[in-house]
Amino acid sequence: MNLLGKLSWDSIPHDPIVIGTLIVIAIGGAALFGLITKLQKWGWLWREWLTSVDHKRLGIMYIILAFVMLIRGFADAIMMRTQLAVATNGSEGYLPPHHYDQIFTAHGVIMIIFMAMPFMIGLMNIVVPLQIGARDVAFPFLNNLSFWLAVSGAVLVNISLGLGEFAMTGWVAYPPLSGLEFSPGVGVDYYIWALQISGIGTTLTGVNFLVTVIKMRAPGMKLMQMPIFTWTCTWANVLIVASFPILTAALAMLTLDRYLDFHFFTNDLGGNSMMYINLFWAWGHPEVYILVLPAFGIFSEIVSTYTGKRLFGYKSMVYASGAISILGFIVWLHHFFTMGSSASVNAFFGIMTMIIAVPTGVKLFNWLFTMYKGRVRMEPPMLWTIGFIITFSVGGMTGVLLAIPGADYVLHNSLFLIAHFHNTIIGGAVFGYLAGFAFWFPKAMGFHLNPKIGKFSFWCWFIGFFVAFMPLYVLGFLGMTRRLNHTDNPDWNIWLYIAAGGAFIIALGIAAQFVQLILGFIQKDKNLDKTGDPWNGHTLEWSLSSPPQFYNFAKIPHVDDIDTFTDMKEKGTAYKREESYEPIHMPSNTNAGPIMGAIATAFGFAMIWHIWWLAGASFIGLIVAFIMRAYAKDTDYYVQPDEVARIENAHLDNVAKG
Amino acid sequence: MSQHDHDSHDAHGSVSSYVVGFVLSVVLTVIPFWAVMTSAFDRATLFAVIVVTAVVQIFVHLKYFLHLNFTKEGKLDTLSFIFTAIIIVMVVALSIWIIYESVLMMMY
Repeated sequence: MNLLGKLSWDSIPHDPIVIGTLIVIAIGGAALFGLITKLQKWGWLWREWLTSVDHKRLGIMYIILAFVMLIRGFADAIMMRTQLAVATNGSEGYLPPHHYDQIFTAHGVIMIIFMAMPFMIGLMNIVVPLQIGARDVAFPFLNNLSFWLAVSGAVLVNISLGLGEFAMTGWVAYPPLSGLEFSPGVGVDYYIWALQISGIGTTLTGVNFLVTVIKMRAPGMKLMQMPIFTWTCTWANVLIVASFPILTAALAMLTLDRYLDFHFFTNDLGGNSMMYINLFWAWGHPEVYILVLPAFGIFSEIVSTYTGKRLFGYKSMVYASGAISILGFIVWLHHFFTMGSSASVNAFFGIMTMIIAVPTGVKLFNWLFTMYKGRVRMEPPMLWTIGFIITFSVGGMTGVLLAIPGADYVLHNSLFLIAHFHNTIIGGAVFGYLAGFAFWFPKAMGFHLNPKIGKFSFWCWFIGFFVAFMPLYVLGFLGMTRRLNHTDNPDWNIWLYIAAGGAFIIALGIAAQFVQLILGFIQKDKNLDKTGDPWNGHTLEWSLSSPPQFYNFAKIPHVDDIDTFTDMKEKGTAYKREESYEPIHMPSNTNAGPIMGAIATAFGFAMIWHIWWLAGASFIGLIVAFIMRAYAKDTDYYVQPDEVARIENAHLDNVAKG
Repeated sequence: MSQHDHDSHDAHGSVSSYVVGFVLSVVLTVIPFWAVMTSAFDRATLFAVIVVTAVVQIFVHLKYFLHLNFTKEGKLDTLSFIFTAIIIVMVVALSIWIIYESVLMMMY
């Protein structure tokens, strides 16, 4: 038996582009390692951040993960666009198919699972407990574990860059292509274990936040008084809990096919690969609503805050989100109309898909009516919102077009489809997260970002998006299919050049985001947010200092209104000094999360490379670590009233000084 | 934290409710057994009897053993159960429909 499984020196790719990337990562990693060591920050990093169960810190770490993976995923995007711009008229370009196929697979997996999901979950982590007046989530340790499982998946995807290969199947990994017969390498195994481990983390997050909003709302807050962002996140969590197990099961069956010679999805011996496609999208379609619903919530908060008005149609917003959630569960077949099920099946799913446009339209009108006769402040979050309304409407309309099975037979697998879903995911989800990032940044970090750079970033993203993706609609109509490595059709060239140009404009927007961040940290002391309420906010998170104290609320507020903080400001109960405080019960930090995440990574790695002894050992280790955590006694502590009083008075003095 | 207030008494049932549930379950199990063993009905009626008693028994279990109800405290459990059931039925039923129809198209 080989102790290293399938691993050998040949596993390291010889592609000069990959080797160059690895060298850059190695230099960057060494520099970061050296810097932390030099500043002697390892202990601080471990105690204060990596082992933290504080939902705000976990949220920030989720967003850091999202940004890191955004760089990786966007690098893939730029490579694809330049390849296609270079490889015209029969030229082969600079990316051979073996590498190119891994890039488009990694791009999809990373952007959905390791960029958008962590970004969304990060914002949810920071904001939801604050909005409902809770001191943390229901299960703080579980929250930390979820984060580390997400990191574990991301680490596995990144290891595939330097050891072996990634899947070459597209991000959906349909069998039989992803089966052992056509994908004998480790690529699909990297895909399986990265998604499986991070997917379990996501399921746990969904459970955690559902329990949080059900059990831990401030006294007086009815369900129909929860802030709209919390509501949309709750619907997203319902979808997570209902749909992620389907992914887990589908991947488990694919694993059995690949590892133990099962025949769920093979061509022979009774397997049916259509079932994988069916199960994948029974998860995959709710997944896109999981991404976009919280973004809708962010836009709702921003529109009402930046117009200084109450949100128009709060209740219809909640019910529309619910309708989208339920309808989102019965439309998945529109991803495979061309599979060739019967006409009645296609008609049913086509009609359901078109119906989803109705609650979404309700939301759009609610935003417009909120702005109507309001004093709209054109700050970066508001720009993102208006940019979203325009972009998402276009994406929605092309979606309704694709929902017609007849049209889909023509447009399926073409660049029209690619343009459509980037139109909704970038224009919907990503614009939403970036809006939320700009909106809640001062709350989470305690200082402001430069709004000029923020606006510049928005315009680059917005214009870049249209320049990059409108040509893809055209190319779709001209008959160009997706996942092509090189082309030989002079009619397509001009559009491919324009699209590549658009990608570089978006790159400028991303760069501006990072410049804004770095500049923000440099000029931090000049731009502190002392009041905690920079935008005249409506909801409870703005009633706290920026960043909020680790215990969030010194005294849990009583809630009588949807816009609780506006209500408190009107009644004059905001910023009230308390006579005395109660001791606050808080969860302690724990190293069980990062340790279990590390063991899970080792387990995934061992399974990918068939290193059975390590797989067995790490699996047992995972169980042992979990049992040890389950029996841990020192898991909480009390903050004493005098300490609370000291912290609160310091903040209220700051507020009084303005 | 103070928020863990267990609404004790009826939430976990009483001896009498468990007995009622048990007796009902036994009756609903005996009926189909009796119907099959004595061949009391024709085939179609037999199937109907088995299915109906089984479905009724599901509700008996939900009410007496899983304590699902529509009181203020129990409503949330019941609603989440109904939601889960609907999702499962939707996903499973639609999947069967999709795959069944596509297999028909394959003309095996």
